[in-house]
Amino acid sequence: MDTLDDHAKDISEDAAAEAGPNSSLEMNLKEQDTGAGGPIILFFILGLFASLVVGWIVFPKLLYSKKKQPIEFNHVFHVEAVDNGCESCHFFREDGTFSGAPKLAQCIDCHEEIQGISPDEIKFVEEYVSKEREVPWLIYSRQPDCVFFSHAAHIQGARMDCVACHGHMGESESLKVYEENRITGYSRDIWGKSIGGFKKNTWDRMKMDDCAECHRENAANIERKNIQTPTQRLIGHMVNLVSPGTSTFDKGGSIQTERDPCFACHK
Amino acid sequence: MKIGRRGFLSFVIGGAAGTALSPLPWKLMDDSSIWTQMWPWTPVPEDGEASYVNSVCTLCPGHCGITVRKIDNRAVKIEGMKGHPVNNGGICLLGLSGLQLLYGPMRVKTPLKRTGKRGQGQWEKISWNDAVSEVVEKLRDIRSEGHPQTVGFISGFDRGTVSRLFERFLTAYGSPNFMRMPSVRDSYELAQYLMQGVQALPGFDFENSDFVLSFGSGLIDGWGSPVRMSRVHSAWQSAGVKVIQIEPRLSNTAAKSDKWIPINPGTEGALAMGLAHVIVKESLYDADFIENNVEGFFDWKNLVIDKYSPDTVASITGIDSRTIVVLARGFANASKPLAVCGRGNGTTPVNIDECMAVHALNALVGNIHKKGGVWAVSEPDYINWPEIEMDAKAAAGMQHERLDGAGSKTYPFTRYLLPRLPETIDPGEKNPLQALFVSGANPLYTHPDTQAVRNAFDKIPLVVSFSSYMDETAQNADLILPNHIYLERYEEVPTPAGMIEPVIGLSRPVVEPQFNTRHVGDVILQMAKGLGGSVAKTFPWDSYDSCLKETLGDLWNYLIDKGFWSNTGAMPPFFGTSYETASGKFELINKDNGSIPQFKPVSIEGDEKDYPLLLIPYDSMRLACGFIGDPPFVMKTVEDSILKGKDVFVELNPKTARNQGLREGQRVVLTTPKGKAEVKVHLFEGIMPGLVALPRGLGHTGWDEYLAGKGINFNTLIGPVEDPDSGLDAAWGIRAKLEKA
Repeated sequence: MDTLDDHAKDISEDAAAEAGPNSSLEMNLKEQDTGAGGPIILFFILGLFASLVVGWIVFPKLLYSKKKQPIEFNHVFHVEAVDNGCESCHFFREDGTFSGAPKLAQCIDCHEEIQGISPDEIKFVEEYVSKEREVPWLIYSRQPDCVFFSHAAHIQGARMDCVACHGHMGESESLKVYEENRITGYSRDIWGKSIGGFKKNTWDRMKMDDCAECHRENAANIERKNIQTPTQRLIGHMVNLVSPGTSTFDKGGSIQTERDPCFACHK
Repeated sequence: MKIGRRGFLSFVIGGAAGTALSPLPWKLMDDSSIWTQMWPWTPVPEDGEASYVNSVCTLCPGHCGITVRKIDNRAVKIEGMKGHPVNNGGICLLGLSGLQLLYGPMRVKTPLKRTGKRGQGQWEKISWNDAVSEVVEKLRDIRSEGHPQTVGFISGFDRGTVSRLFERFLTAYGSPNFMRMPSVRDSYELAQYLMQGVQALPGFDFENSDFVLSFGSGLIDGWGSPVRMSRVHSAWQSAGVKVIQIEPRLSNTAAKSDKWIPINPGTEGALAMGLAHVIVKESLYDADFIENNVEGFFDWKNLVIDKYSPDTVASITGIDSRTIVVLARGFANASKPLAVCGRGNGTTPVNIDECMAVHALNALVGNIHKKGGVWAVSEPDYINWPEIEMDAKAAAGMQHERLDGAGSKTYPFTRYLLPRLPETIDPGEKNPLQALFVSGANPLYTHPDTQAVRNAFDKIPLVVSFSSYMDETAQNADLILPNHIYLERYEEVPTPAGMIEPVIGLSRPVVEPQFNTRHVGDVILQMAKGLGGSVAKTFPWDSYDSCLKETLGDLWNYLIDKGFWSNTGAMPPFFGTSYETASGKFELINKDNGSIPQFKPVSIEGDEKDYPLLLIPYDSMRLACGFIGDPPFVMKTVEDSILKGKDVFVELNPKTARNQGLREGQRVVLTTPKGKAEVKVHLFEGIMPGLVALPRGLGHTGWDEYLAGKGINFNTLIGPVEDPDSGLDAAWGIRAKLEKA
């Protein structure tokens, strides 16, 4: 064993001696690497930092355009003036459908003529009421056409409060700036003000995850308890693939998809 | 500091890590998926208040009740009206697609005046006042020259206030030339007049009959009131009613019948006589009915026995004599048998002999004015207007004979003979037609030999179209005064085709007029006021709507409330009072005018040597072939074996194809004595050898890009053949040949 070890040592020593003339170059290289270790990490941090700034701060500024509503509106003032709270203007029709943003027909009861001195009211009466043009309100809560949402089921059936999804809109004295997603055309309020998708209140976001969240939390009392977004579904499948039977998603009413029927909420 | 490769790479890696930790990729992914699922250019239906308006569909003579769903001010869906006597909630493909006729690109949006040559498509927009005064000026000139009879009016319908206004206008002006578009109603009206002495609508109690013998009527291919017929057909299936279809081609109706009997085209009348022969010979007729209610039976019996034995009829029709005997027995032994004629969807007349022969079959089995039989339905009598004031010019004008020869010595009992009009239009100095108005009709598309009709129209100095759509007649007019479409106007709609109970529906504005159009009734009133004098006095109403309201009286409120009025308990007229003939009976042989049900073959155009094949048309629910063309939704349903791209297929029996050396899909030139067209071959076992079948409803030049230029218009390949007894167009086909293209 000794002889073998010694032999190996000899060989390596020989090799080092043979490489003599080049050793300084090797040293230089090593020195350079050690010296540049700082900048490389710096570059990494720079890249990380820059992209985080772009992703969290620049991107949302680029993604959304800011639009003003065609005319100003004071909810507080109007809620005080009407008898029936929100439902005075945002009412259910006889057939159970929800009227959404009021049409001229509702405003005209009071605003057939100019009532006050507010320049926005004057503009409203002159530009819209007298010309019989509907106000092109920008709707913060407008959902894509494929979404089927019944206000009646939630407000009249489940006795939910408007605030749960729409926040304290009725307490606003002016209309906030409408931030329109340049790609989809929908309001920023759907994804939520937080670009990271974080929410503090139930009304901060209006995505399908938020529907699902509320439906999960209240699963004991409601019918559609198994709403799953495609992402949740994908994760569930992957978990099932790795260790079958551990995924916790329940089976819904549909035999094909094992979920609640898609068409309950999707047109 | 120099940025090296490694520095750059670590910057990129840092960037990638940071990007992954930022919402950017995830948000973009979400947004792009929303964007791709909601393409911004995909129209999204407006959200708003839903409401329903009850009205009547007038796209065909079926006159179904409709309920239109609206969201705010936009009509979004047409449904059948529940509880309506015609369709009870059902609707056809065309009726369902009516919204495309409202919002589609084929609309004429404002009055137009031709600037280029006729048919060139060069128009200028003019105001309603200018348009109407231009027409009034021309009419005033014609009248002051003493030729008021040279003004004609072609209308799709002749019942209801709007049509009556047209007629009233012409009478007060001094012209007898009001013409209705031809259909099988012409034949039935005449047959009923000759045999029963009444001017009435033919009504068929299909709902209650138990044996239906159809001489080529496309009972579920658009005949009569299509939705009613579909409902009836379903009821027949469940009740086990026997349906026998006699026609040379396996139509949908034939395919769904109990028995399809192919027959040599044009010999249907002979078969009816053959059946009568068996019924008479074997004494299977309703002896009671014959004895009490029929005149001329014995003379006719002799004729039938002499000339129409099963063997003779077999040789004419190509149907085995045994089949004829069995069929006659089946028909006569059924408790409520009903025979009906009118080929295809019934938009073309049949010759009067054939219609009378079929009608005589019904009389033989005694089912005239009986449950499950044929009725002469009288019109609800609600239009009671003051007498027409006629000045001397009008009276003189009305003395002239009609241009189409209807009511003349040759054709004394026929009411309208529009197909005869083109030949009477003379290019000479004294053109008998100086001005022509067209409403609810598209003669330049629907008339046989369209080229000849167009040439005739070109000789008329003023052609005015009231069409709401840029159809072929509008394209070749001098002025288009667009009417509101049926979803934008008031109009009462009397009894639908083939119904036995009188119905009045109210068509009403579902939406505000979308364009600068005007109700044709109002235009007529304006024209009358413009002409002044006695013509103006004849029209004491301010507007069409007030005229309608006044005319309907109490009925107006009822119609507004309910949408339609019907006499559901309508009883057939009592025997004895229901025949207004000289004998007071159903006359098999009318001694006054010598009309006898018999078989006279119609000699169609072309000789067998040059044209070895026979071209016949066929109709389908998917191809509107009247004054309305297919809207895009309906065009989408036309099968690839009928129309592929712009090519139409002719149906050919494989045997015929083999003889002609043709194969499936081959491009051929179809030639008739009237014209030629390039078509493709479709082999079909369901058509008799020696025949070529071409669908009607294609080959438009007007309307929109979804319809124009697709296929061939059957009417360009056929000409009218005059029935010598009635003057009606009796052509059922034309000789033809096929050559490889």
